[in-house]
Amino acid sequence: MTTRLKDTDVVIVGLGAAGGVAAFPLAQAGLDVVGLEAGTWLTRRDFAPDELRNNFRGWPQAIQKANHEIPTSRATASSPTAARGTIHPMQNAVGGTTLHYWAQSWRLNPWDFKLVSETKRRYGGARIPNGSTVEDWPFGLDELEPYYDKVEYEIGVSGQAGNVNGRIDPRGNRFEGSRKRAYPMPPLRWTEFIEKMAGAARELGWNPFPGPAAVNSRSYQNRSACMYHGFCNRGGCHVDAKSSTAVTTIPRAQATGHLKVVTRAHVTTIEVDGGGRIAGVNYLVDGAEYFQPAKVVLLASYTYENVRLLLLSKSKAFPKGLANNRGQVGRHYFSHHMGAGVSALFPFNTGSWYGLPAQGVAVDNWADDNFDHGGLDFIGGGNLWVYSDRRPIGAAGMNTFGRAPAWGSAWKAFIKENADRSNSAYIQKSTLPYEDNYLDLDPEVTDPLGYPVCRVTAEYKENERKISAFTQDKMEQWYRAAGAIAIQRAPLGGAMGVSTHAYGGTRMGDNADTNVVDRWGFAHDAPNLGVLGASVMGTSGAHNPTLTAQALAWRTADHLVKNWKNVARPSSY
Amino acid sequence: MTFISRRDLLKAAAIVPIARGFQSGVRPPVENLTATEMDLLDAIVARLIPTDANGPGATEAQASRYIDRALGSALATSLPAYRTGLLALDRFARSSRSAPFTQLSPTDQDAVLVDVERGAATGFTGSSTAFFNMVLNHTHQGTFGDPYYGGNASFVGWDLIGYPGVRTMVTTADQKSLEAKTLKANHKSAYEYDFTKDAERQP
Repeated sequence: MTTRLKDTDVVIVGLGAAGGVAAFPLAQAGLDVVGLEAGTWLTRRDFAPDELRNNFRGWPQAIQKANHEIPTSRATASSPTAARGTIHPMQNAVGGTTLHYWAQSWRLNPWDFKLVSETKRRYGGARIPNGSTVEDWPFGLDELEPYYDKVEYEIGVSGQAGNVNGRIDPRGNRFEGSRKRAYPMPPLRWTEFIEKMAGAARELGWNPFPGPAAVNSRSYQNRSACMYHGFCNRGGCHVDAKSSTAVTTIPRAQATGHLKVVTRAHVTTIEVDGGGRIAGVNYLVDGAEYFQPAKVVLLASYTYENVRLLLLSKSKAFPKGLANNRGQVGRHYFSHHMGAGVSALFPFNTGSWYGLPAQGVAVDNWADDNFDHGGLDFIGGGNLWVYSDRRPIGAAGMNTFGRAPAWGSAWKAFIKENADRSNSAYIQKSTLPYEDNYLDLDPEVTDPLGYPVCRVTAEYKENERKISAFTQDKMEQWYRAAGAIAIQRAPLGGAMGVSTHAYGGTRMGDNADTNVVDRWGFAHDAPNLGVLGASVMGTSGAHNPTLTAQALAWRTADHLVKNWKNVARPSSY
Repeated sequence: MTFISRRDLLKAAAIVPIARGFQSGVRPPVENLTATEMDLLDAIVARLIPTDANGPGATEAQASRYIDRALGSALATSLPAYRTGLLALDRFARSSRSAPFTQLSPTDQDAVLVDVERGAATGFTGSSTAFFNMVLNHTHQGTFGDPYYGGNASFVGWDLIGYPGVRTMVTTADQKSLEAKTLKANHKSAYEYDFTKDAERQP
């Protein structure tokens, strides 16, 4: 039997990076918000500096609904299904994956919003790769800038600005779009090795700068500064220096008295009324069924689950799944191409045993359209990122660069000398959506309740592989300039698989025939349904998605507050 | 340092019985494998990370103890693979080198392990490479993981690779000391800390 709960203004499905941000401006405006979260609260007492538990045993031990719903994947519709993962890339908890993510908090560059028109203008329309369904965003960076600013200051982001009101600061990213003010905190500190890499980049004529991080470089809003202890990667912060929504916007939203957090809530479907409007959300707690009626539903459960919940929510008005009457749910999917890395061996220790992945040096000279593609056969590029992150078990599994076997005395001699002498660059490459890359429901694999899981059908294409080869050349050049004695390159990329940077599936745009949500994030065909997260993004840029997803979430919430009467289901209903 | 805290004394006292028992050849309890399986695992890990001129290896780290314990908890799903894989490895040693694995010379043991690593060993369910990679990964965990889990005894794994130990706060001075190679190993497990207590301090 289903318990029908009291009507509320807004239900948010998922209190992670995006939902956890949106809750704050809504609650501040006095709207009554119910946040349904599949996980539980975790506190800093849960965040032990333990590599085995965090990085090898699928921490956290708390309830992980997501691990029962890991998508299946295949490269193309005719290729075999790949081996399924055992740990979902996202985690369930209040704050979601902002608890254990790397916390790199980038803004997108201006080009990322206008990829199609800028490519046509500079190189001609023939340069858009065949089969790509990419569109310009419905607005430019200037429209999102105020929301980037709000999030940076509200959760706390450290970094070095490169362009304040059009004034270029060479200490920061000279390619970033104009921002109204600097970051609220200075960047995280650099190590001797990171300084060395920055020096090598300058000698090459490039523009190195510290990356932005949702990690406190000094105490901020009564939260501690970073302790650089080295367990940030897939670990929560033991001093709350990481600006997770669990320690920032969510408690602030609760403090208004207008956010009710419901933990262990397993959302199954979104309910539609006879008039085709969203009526509310069905969820389970320990097998007990609840219906939460709401005037507006905001879906904020990560790309795979956003798409899955829409496709599972079939009704008379939406027989192919909610907001899918034009067949766009699941389309325009892509994951950030962040494979195809480069590793280097140095003849000296790099001092990387402590630190965090968000502490490092970036080069944006070869990202996006920051360089002339006139003589090249691809569009876009990659951000080069060198960072400090090493722990002992991971170090033991290091690449031996063909200089030693994988075990025995020769390996032991190698690891004794070289455990702290390697570095692996993280290269995020702009990735495009294509006609034949998509998400749908798996025809065979289900979760324990019998609902199909999400299926990924996607591969990196020629354009992404060309960017990979190009950026690997640049990265090798950079490492060599800093004194590397050996280099290893990873393969250029094939099947996309399941990713921590999953985009599209509910793309945002003005054209209702090619996009699921409008420019404000509300479904074209179901106006009181909003979608939050990177699933609304139509391009990836060459930088981590979280801050953009958070800025978009705030903007959607702001639009809802200002246009409540037009968007919400009438209360008289 | 002449100051020794009460906690350090207690810690040292706690380590002694295990170390003494180990050094005198008295086997600590085996929880999930049989004694025969444990002998075989001991012999394998001793070749994967040998005790040699570069110091203690997986034997001193008690990597096999880590694996045995974990096979009853976090690695429980791997227990059948260990049972069938260890049996297959010993049978392969007997058929290809005419002796049980534990009685072969280190050179012959290495030759057997190379065959297992390359997938050339017969008698395994599936590829022998999969079994080899599983044991190697778990041997890394048991040699370089936190001592709380029963391996990396006396921090020999961390000392081997120069990891200066778990800290809950790394100051700029600590980082510079690491870079100058003067940061001393602290020999601390994650669970010797009240790891949330640094919130009021500054690095």
